[in-house]
Amino acid sequence: MTGLLQHPGYEEERLQRAAEQLPSREVQAGMLLSLMGQPQHYCYPSVFIYGHRASGKSHVVNILMKELELPHATVSCVECVSVALLFEQVLLSFFGCEAASLLPRSPSLSDFVRIYRQYSSWSPAKQTRYIVMEKAELLRDSDANLLPALLRLQELVEDNITVILLSEIVWDQFRPNSGCFEPLLLHFPDYSKGELQQILSQDRNPSYSAEFYSSYINILLGVFYSVCRDLRELRHLAALNFSKFCEPLAAGKVKETDTHKLWKNIEPHLKKAMQTVYLREVSSLQWEQMQQTEDETGALRGLSAHTHVELPYYSKYLLIAAYLASYNPARTDKRFFLKHHGKIRKTNFLKKNEKTSNHLLGPKPFPLDRLLAIFYSVVDSRVAPTASIFSQISSLVTLQLLVQVSHDDQLDAPKYKCAVSLDFICAISRTVNFDIVKYLYDFL
Amino acid sequence: MSKRKVKDVHLPIGECINQVHQILRERFCHQRLPDKPEGVEAQHKHLVELLKRTAVHGESNSALIIGPRGAGKTMLLKCVLKELLEEKEVQKNLLQVNLNGLLQTDDRIALKEITRQLQLENVVGDKVFGSFAENLSFLLEALKKGDRSSSRPVLFVLDEFDLFAHHKNQTLLYNLFDVSQSAQAPIAVVGTTCRLDVLELLEKRVKSRFSHRQIHLLSSLTFAQYLERVRTQLSLPTDFPDSKFAQEWNAGIESLCEDKSVQDVLQRHFNSSKDFCSLHMLLMLCLSRVSVAKPTIKPADLQEASRLCLVDAKANMLHGLSILELCLIIAMKHLNDVYEGEPFNLQMVHNEFKKFLQRKSNSMYNFEQPVVMKAFEHLQQLELIRPVDCSSAKNQREYQLMRLMLDHSQIMEALQKYPQCPTDVKQWAMSAFA
Repeated sequence: MTGLLQHPGYEEERLQRAAEQLPSREVQAGMLLSLMGQPQHYCYPSVFIYGHRASGKSHVVNILMKELELPHATVSCVECVSVALLFEQVLLSFFGCEAASLLPRSPSLSDFVRIYRQYSSWSPAKQTRYIVMEKAELLRDSDANLLPALLRLQELVEDNITVILLSEIVWDQFRPNSGCFEPLLLHFPDYSKGELQQILSQDRNPSYSAEFYSSYINILLGVFYSVCRDLRELRHLAALNFSKFCEPLAAGKVKETDTHKLWKNIEPHLKKAMQTVYLREVSSLQWEQMQQTEDETGALRGLSAHTHVELPYYSKYLLIAAYLASYNPARTDKRFFLKHHGKIRKTNFLKKNEKTSNHLLGPKPFPLDRLLAIFYSVVDSRVAPTASIFSQISSLVTLQLLVQVSHDDQLDAPKYKCAVSLDFICAISRTVNFDIVKYLYDFL
Repeated sequence: MSKRKVKDVHLPIGECINQVHQILRERFCHQRLPDKPEGVEAQHKHLVELLKRTAVHGESNSALIIGPRGAGKTMLLKCVLKELLEEKEVQKNLLQVNLNGLLQTDDRIALKEITRQLQLENVVGDKVFGSFAENLSFLLEALKKGDRSSSRPVLFVLDEFDLFAHHKNQTLLYNLFDVSQSAQAPIAVVGTTCRLDVLELLEKRVKSRFSHRQIHLLSSLTFAQYLERVRTQLSLPTDFPDSKFAQEWNAGIESLCEDKSVQDVLQRHFNSSKDFCSLHMLLMLCLSRVSVAKPTIKPADLQEASRLCLVDAKANMLHGLSILELCLIIAMKHLNDVYEGEPFNLQMVHNEFKKFLQRKSNSMYNFEQPVVMKAFEHLQQLELIRPVDCSSAKNQREYQLMRLMLDHSQIMEALQKYPQCPTDVKQWAMSAFA
């Protein structure tokens, strides 16, 4: 399928070389090439390419630019925290460092265009110049003028220049209020399952046969495809788990053709990988070490297992009280925490529906008084309201276990919210022998 | 091109195609000026006379050209200037200053640019010296010293005029209009803008000095004229080197424009917008499919180009989502239906999804909460869902309220096109109240 990339303006050999590096992207590359036209032709002032992550947007553009040796400046908008860096990079790659050094300290677009015009009048473009902007969605956060100006840069600098914007987000979310020059939209579709399989099978281990590796990829896609279509992520997972897949082969237990046994061996392993490596709970280094030492996978505690914090005794109770205050409605406090509460009709008390469940809606803010009242009722012993109790509340806020909601008043009636999960609070209450589930309205 | 004026030159087909690309691309991409602006004769005449009065008789003027994007404002102005500069007297007389609201973002920069373009004395090489106040007083001094009879008229062209109105105190606009009103050096101020309410943006003192001469470029194009425009935009000029090829090409364009399917396509584009930019984009996409192997534009090319122009980008993005992400979107759709557009958080979406899984006994999609959260965050990155308030640090991630940025029909359409969509997921999406 390498014959698809054809254009009279470029050497056959180079196109061939470029096409070999672009598997399953011939259509898109061909379209881009036909839009670009021959090097000396004008190209559309701005082209906006969108598509999912790892769908080969930058890869196709970079390969075309490099193999066909077109004058271009590749700029990542993540790196360019200020417009000065952007201008410098563009001038540097088109006209060399003396042009870049002409920029004043905090250059405006006007300076950039002036210097660009000055230099392009000395060396006018024989070929179309390209500015490739990666992660173009960040352009929206910078100067309001920058994006509209870049889109009509060809008109502003009067040179044969084209701006290519690459982004994951659709163009509709970019359009400024008062409109702008509309770029040409180009979509890079996602890879289908077959294409993914084809691309992933390319980087196989030379010591095993191609069919063996592609059957491995097939199994991998079977587990991960429904969750993840990101080529880079899949490639990373494929590289990590291949040694485990080969293990029974190296031990001499099965043959290469015995697909079913290999699948049985690897499938639980991959399922575990989805909960650990895929979420970056354990790092890939730890994962590899675990495989080497024949460790029971998952025995190593991941990042989220380290959330357990050692807290002082009263802080634990304060946190428990805060959790109860956040997730229980205030009208039920009497029923839960008072020994001799009056009569509360049971039907009314138990009338709940899912819509009002706080474990769905999230924590509610509560005043400090309520927190202390619940605290005194859940702690068995008598606690004096000393300064240390109050300072523990504020230290819980700095640990971000509590959140102060209204910032208007620090001393008088502050309101808080509890920001810990149910698992966390259950672990805490277990350490002080407190059954928290019994006190939660949602689980009654 | 003009060197080879000899008739009956027969060029190889590759060279012809190359020339076609060169000429048409310059027309579509570089906005090459036509010989005569079409459909705006009255405005053209008005502007020519206005500028001629400034250039020849030294009368100070100000005008605004107002029209939607892509209506040909810059084209009209450039055509007028080209026509004016053909006269010797004007060419000798007139000084031009071009400013753009996108580039000159404040008055200081604009002032330096004016000084530079007028090549006044405090410019050495390309650098301008002096502070803002010095620059302004110097410039005003220079403009004031002149009078009607002796000094050369200056034409100020302000592109994106509405952006100049956002400068602090509108100092630049005030001074320019003030000079144009008082007996100083003759200047003409011409602004182009796409905002119809641009006069409301001006301060009272600035507004009172403006002459209120507005030139509106509101297109009153009929479909027949639109079709004619397509034909002229695509056809080759008479001075094309290979006249035989040009004739064939033009005949091909002629028959293309008479094709019924092409007219349908163009009608659809005409209904959505009448401006030059969108037309050029469409024709550019057609042109890019012309090659040596296929040296004419076929109706199919136009249909394909139109499909590319009109495609729904969000549907494209939905096509590439994983099954889990699609399921989350369906759950969000159900939440939107049940709670009438109330915002939702991850917990609710996951709960809805779990309800679906319980009804369907197969546990194929039984994912852990963190995996679901990762999918949810991916949707947020794609801006298919958006947080209601931006205080992201305060809330826990699973309780942050979100809104879905898709509508019902988009989701259903994406579901129809989704490759190998499981039937139970499809059915779940259909049942409105699950």
